[in-house]
Amino acid sequence: MARTLITAPSSARRGEVITLRVLLQHPMESGFRVGADGQLLPRDIVRHFSCSYNGERVIAVELFPAIAANPYLEFSALALDSGTLDFVWEGDRGFRHSEQRTISVA
Amino acid sequence: MKRRALVMAAGIVVLPPAWATPEALAAAIRSFTGGEPLREGKVQLDVATLVDNGNTVPVTVSVPGAPAAEVAALALFNERNPQSDVLRVDFGPRAATRSVSTRIRLATSQQLVAVARLADGSCWVQRVDVVVTLAACIE
Repeated sequence: MARTLITAPSSARRGEVITLRVLLQHPMESGFRVGADGQLLPRDIVRHFSCSYNGERVIAVELFPAIAANPYLEFSALALDSGTLDFVWEGDRGFRHSEQRTISVA
Repeated sequence: MKRRALVMAAGIVVLPPAWATPEALAAAIRSFTGGEPLREGKVQLDVATLVDNGNTVPVTVSVPGAPAAEVAALALFNERNPQSDVLRVDFGPRAATRSVSTRIRLATSQQLVAVARLADGSCWVQRVDVVVTLAACIE
Protein backbone atom coordinates (compact mmCIF):
# COMPACT_ATOMS: atom_id res chain seq x y z
CA MET A 1 0.00 0.00 0.00
CA ALA A 2 1.61 3.13 -1.20
CA ARG A 3 1.40 6.29 0.81
CA THR A 4 -0.05 9.37 -0.81
CA LEU A 5 -0.39 13.01 0.01
CA ILE A 6 -3.34 14.69 -1.65
CA THR A 7 -4.23 18.35 -1.28
CA ALA A 8 -7.78 18.94 -2.45
CA PRO A 9 -10.37 21.33 -1.02
CA SER A 10 -13.33 19.71 0.73
CA SER A 11 -15.65 22.50 -0.34
CA ALA A 12 -15.78 25.03 -3.14
CA ARG A 13 -18.06 27.53 -4.79
CA ARG A 14 -19.75 26.58 -8.05
CA GLY A 15 -17.55 27.47 -11.01
CA GLU A 16 -14.46 27.87 -8.86
CA VAL A 17 -11.08 26.68 -10.14
CA ILE A 18 -9.67 24.29 -7.55
CA THR A 19 -6.00 23.37 -7.38
CA LEU A 20 -5.19 19.71 -6.80
CA ARG A 21 -1.78 18.53 -5.63
CA VAL A 22 -0.94 14.85 -5.45
CA LEU A 23 2.19 13.05 -4.32
CA LEU A 24 2.73 9.31 -4.31
CA GLN A 25 5.45 7.55 -2.37
CA HIS A 26 7.26 5.52 -5.03
CA PRO A 27 10.97 5.02 -5.89
CA MET A 28 10.49 5.53 -9.68
CA GLU A 29 13.47 3.25 -10.37
CA SER A 30 14.45 4.37 -13.85
CA GLY A 31 15.96 1.15 -15.22
CA PHE A 32 19.16 3.04 -16.16
CA ARG A 33 20.93 2.81 -12.80
CA VAL A 34 23.50 0.19 -11.92
CA GLY A 35 23.25 -1.56 -8.57
CA ALA A 36 26.05 -2.53 -6.17
CA ASP A 37 26.52 -5.83 -8.07
CA GLY A 38 27.14 -4.07 -11.40
CA GLN A 39 23.83 -5.18 -12.83
CA LEU A 40 21.20 -2.79 -14.10
CA LEU A 41 18.41 -2.33 -11.60
CA PRO A 42 15.15 -3.35 -13.28
CA ARG A 43 12.80 -0.53 -14.15
CA ASP A 44 9.97 0.08 -11.71
CA ILE A 45 8.10 3.29 -12.45
CA VAL A 46 4.58 4.64 -12.29
CA ARG A 47 3.58 4.95 -15.93
CA HIS A 48 0.16 6.50 -15.76
CA PHE A 49 -1.85 8.81 -13.53
CA SER A 50 -5.40 9.95 -14.01
CA CYS A 51 -7.86 12.07 -12.09
CA SER A 52 -11.59 12.13 -12.64
CA TYR A 53 -14.36 14.23 -11.14
CA ASN A 54 -17.70 12.41 -10.83
CA GLY A 55 -16.50 9.99 -13.49
CA GLU A 56 -15.45 12.72 -15.92
CA ARG A 57 -11.81 13.09 -16.84
CA VAL A 58 -9.83 15.96 -15.35
CA ILE A 59 -6.37 14.97 -16.46
CA ALA A 60 -4.47 11.92 -17.71
CA VAL A 61 -0.70 11.91 -17.44
CA GLU A 62 1.83 9.54 -18.96
CA LEU A 63 4.96 9.39 -16.80
CA PHE A 64 8.45 8.39 -17.94
CA PRO A 65 11.66 7.50 -16.02
CA ALA A 66 12.73 11.18 -16.02
CA ILE A 67 10.05 11.93 -13.42
CA ALA A 68 11.65 12.27 -9.99
CA ALA A 69 11.07 9.73 -7.21
CA ASN A 70 7.80 10.21 -5.32
CA PRO A 71 5.99 11.62 -8.36
CA TYR A 72 4.28 14.92 -7.65
CA LEU A 73 1.69 16.58 -9.86
CA GLU A 74 -0.17 19.84 -9.54
CA PHE A 75 -3.12 20.67 -11.77
CA SER A 76 -6.55 22.24 -11.54
CA ALA A 77 -10.18 21.32 -11.99
CA LEU A 78 -13.42 23.17 -12.42
CA ALA A 79 -15.81 22.71 -9.47
CA LEU A 80 -19.30 22.37 -10.92
CA ASP A 81 -21.09 19.94 -8.61
CA SER A 82 -20.63 18.03 -5.37
CA GLY A 83 -19.17 14.58 -5.69
CA THR A 84 -15.99 12.58 -5.65
CA LEU A 85 -12.53 13.03 -7.03
CA ASP A 86 -10.83 9.79 -8.05
CA PHE A 87 -7.06 9.54 -8.34
CA VAL A 88 -5.51 6.45 -9.94
CA TRP A 89 -1.84 5.55 -10.39
CA GLU A 90 -0.72 2.59 -12.51
CA GLY A 91 2.77 1.32 -13.13
CA ASP A 92 5.26 -1.47 -13.64
CA ARG A 93 4.98 -4.85 -11.88
CA GLY A 94 1.19 -4.55 -11.77
CA PHE A 95 1.30 -1.46 -9.55
CA ARG A 96 -2.07 0.14 -9.06
CA HIS A 97 -3.19 2.55 -6.38
CA SER A 98 -6.33 4.62 -6.12
CA GLU A 99 -7.55 7.29 -3.76
CA GLN A 100 -10.82 9.12 -3.42
CA ARG A 101 -11.78 12.52 -2.01
CA THR A 102 -15.19 14.05 -1.63
CA ILE A 103 -15.95 17.67 -2.42
CA SER A 104 -19.09 19.65 -1.67
CA VAL A 105 -19.91 22.49 -4.02
CA ALA A 106 -22.26 25.22 -2.92
CA MET B 1 46.87 -11.28 -17.21
CA LYS B 2 44.24 -11.76 -14.58
CA ARG B 3 44.65 -8.13 -13.56
CA ARG B 4 44.29 -6.97 -17.15
CA ALA B 5 41.10 -8.99 -17.50
CA LEU B 6 39.81 -7.37 -14.33
CA VAL B 7 40.66 -3.87 -15.61
CA MET B 8 38.90 -4.61 -18.88
CA ALA B 9 35.86 -5.93 -17.06
CA ALA B 10 35.80 -2.78 -14.91
CA GLY B 11 36.01 -0.70 -18.07
CA ILE B 12 32.92 -2.40 -19.43
CA VAL B 13 30.99 -1.91 -16.24
CA VAL B 14 31.60 1.83 -15.91
CA LEU B 15 30.67 2.65 -19.51
CA PRO B 16 28.15 5.47 -19.31
CA PRO B 17 24.70 4.66 -20.63
CA ALA B 18 23.90 6.05 -24.04
CA TRP B 19 22.38 9.49 -23.84
CA ALA B 20 19.40 10.27 -25.94
CA THR B 21 20.52 11.68 -29.26
CA PRO B 22 19.06 14.72 -31.04
CA GLU B 23 17.48 12.22 -33.45
CA ALA B 24 15.79 10.41 -30.55
CA LEU B 25 14.51 13.76 -29.26
CA ALA B 26 13.17 14.68 -32.69
CA ALA B 27 11.53 11.25 -33.01
CA ALA B 28 9.89 11.57 -29.59
CA ILE B 29 8.53 15.03 -30.46
CA ARG B 30 7.32 13.74 -33.82
CA SER B 31 5.44 10.88 -32.15
CA PHE B 32 3.62 13.48 -30.04
CA THR B 33 2.92 16.06 -32.75
CA GLY B 34 2.29 13.62 -35.60
CA GLY B 35 4.76 15.48 -37.80
CA GLU B 36 3.02 18.85 -37.45
CA PRO B 37 5.51 21.75 -37.80
CA LEU B 38 6.50 23.36 -34.49
CA ARG B 39 5.91 27.05 -33.96
CA GLU B 40 7.45 29.16 -31.22
CA GLY B 41 5.10 30.65 -28.64
CA LYS B 42 1.87 30.07 -26.70
CA VAL B 43 3.27 27.28 -24.51
CA GLN B 44 5.24 28.32 -21.47
CA LEU B 45 7.87 26.26 -19.66
CA ASP B 46 8.82 27.49 -16.19
CA VAL B 47 12.02 26.01 -14.82
CA ALA B 48 15.05 27.45 -13.02
CA THR B 49 17.86 27.94 -15.56
CA LEU B 50 20.45 27.10 -12.89
CA VAL B 51 19.56 23.84 -11.15
CA ASP B 52 21.32 22.87 -7.92
CA ASN B 53 20.03 19.32 -7.71
CA GLY B 54 19.19 17.35 -10.84
CA ASN B 55 17.40 14.65 -8.86
CA THR B 56 14.32 16.75 -8.35
CA VAL B 57 13.77 19.79 -10.53
CA PRO B 58 10.42 21.61 -10.28
CA VAL B 59 8.92 22.42 -13.68
CA THR B 60 5.62 23.87 -14.85
CA VAL B 61 4.26 23.51 -18.37
CA SER B 62 1.29 25.68 -19.27
CA VAL B 63 -0.57 27.49 -22.01
CA PRO B 64 -1.48 30.72 -20.22
CA GLY B 65 -4.67 32.45 -21.18
CA ALA B 66 -5.86 29.81 -23.61
CA PRO B 67 -9.57 28.93 -23.71
CA ALA B 68 -10.03 25.58 -22.01
CA ALA B 69 -11.22 23.77 -25.12
CA GLU B 70 -8.32 24.99 -27.22
CA VAL B 71 -5.49 22.90 -25.76
CA ALA B 72 -5.61 19.17 -26.39
CA ALA B 73 -2.36 18.00 -24.83
CA LEU B 74 0.97 19.08 -23.37
CA ALA B 75 4.28 17.26 -23.36
CA LEU B 76 7.77 17.81 -22.02
CA PHE B 77 10.94 16.40 -23.57
CA ASN B 78 14.61 16.50 -22.67
CA GLU B 79 17.74 16.37 -24.73
CA ARG B 80 20.30 14.38 -22.78
CA ASN B 81 18.68 12.01 -20.31
CA PRO B 82 18.77 8.35 -21.44
CA GLN B 83 15.19 8.71 -22.69
CA SER B 84 13.78 11.79 -24.42
CA ASP B 85 10.27 11.64 -22.98
CA VAL B 86 9.51 13.22 -19.62
CA LEU B 87 5.77 13.67 -19.39
CA ARG B 88 2.65 13.74 -21.57
CA VAL B 89 -0.60 15.26 -20.37
CA ASP B 90 -4.11 14.96 -21.78
CA PHE B 91 -6.81 17.27 -20.48
CA GLY B 92 -10.40 16.17 -19.98
CA PRO B 93 -13.63 18.18 -19.84
CA ARG B 94 -13.22 18.88 -16.09
CA ALA B 95 -9.76 20.42 -16.27
CA ALA B 96 -9.66 24.16 -15.62
CA THR B 97 -6.36 25.83 -16.47
CA ARG B 98 -4.05 24.24 -19.03
CA SER B 99 -1.16 23.91 -16.63
CA VAL B 100 0.66 21.07 -14.92
CA SER B 101 3.56 21.12 -12.45
CA THR B 102 5.81 18.26 -11.47
CA ARG B 103 9.38 17.41 -10.46
CA ILE B 104 11.78 15.82 -12.89
CA ARG B 105 15.29 14.37 -13.09
CA LEU B 106 18.05 15.88 -15.20
CA ALA B 107 21.13 13.79 -15.96
CA THR B 108 23.20 16.79 -17.06
CA SER B 109 23.00 20.38 -18.32
CA GLN B 110 20.73 20.31 -21.31
CA GLN B 111 17.79 21.72 -23.18
CA LEU B 112 14.19 21.08 -22.17
CA VAL B 113 11.46 21.24 -24.79
CA ALA B 114 7.81 21.87 -23.93
CA VAL B 115 5.26 21.20 -26.66
CA ALA B 116 1.53 21.99 -26.72
CA ARG B 117 -0.85 20.43 -29.20
CA LEU B 118 -3.96 22.55 -29.73
CA ALA B 119 -7.40 21.35 -30.72
CA ASP B 120 -6.91 22.68 -34.27
CA GLY B 121 -3.86 20.43 -34.65
CA SER B 122 -1.19 23.15 -34.50
CA CYS B 123 1.83 22.55 -32.27
CA TRP B 124 3.70 25.16 -30.25
CA VAL B 125 7.05 24.88 -28.59
CA GLN B 126 9.29 26.53 -26.04
CA ARG B 127 12.89 25.49 -25.47
CA VAL B 128 14.81 26.30 -22.28
CA ASP B 129 18.49 25.63 -21.63
CA VAL B 130 19.23 24.61 -18.05
CA VAL B 131 22.57 24.25 -16.26
CA VAL B 132 22.69 21.41 -13.72
CA THR B 133 25.35 21.52 -10.99
CA LEU B 134 24.55 18.19 -9.31
CA ALA B 135 23.39 15.66 -11.87
CA ALA B 136 20.74 13.06 -11.18
CA CYS B 137 22.16 9.56 -10.81
CA ILE B 138 21.47 8.75 -14.46
CA GLU B 139 17.75 9.48 -14.49
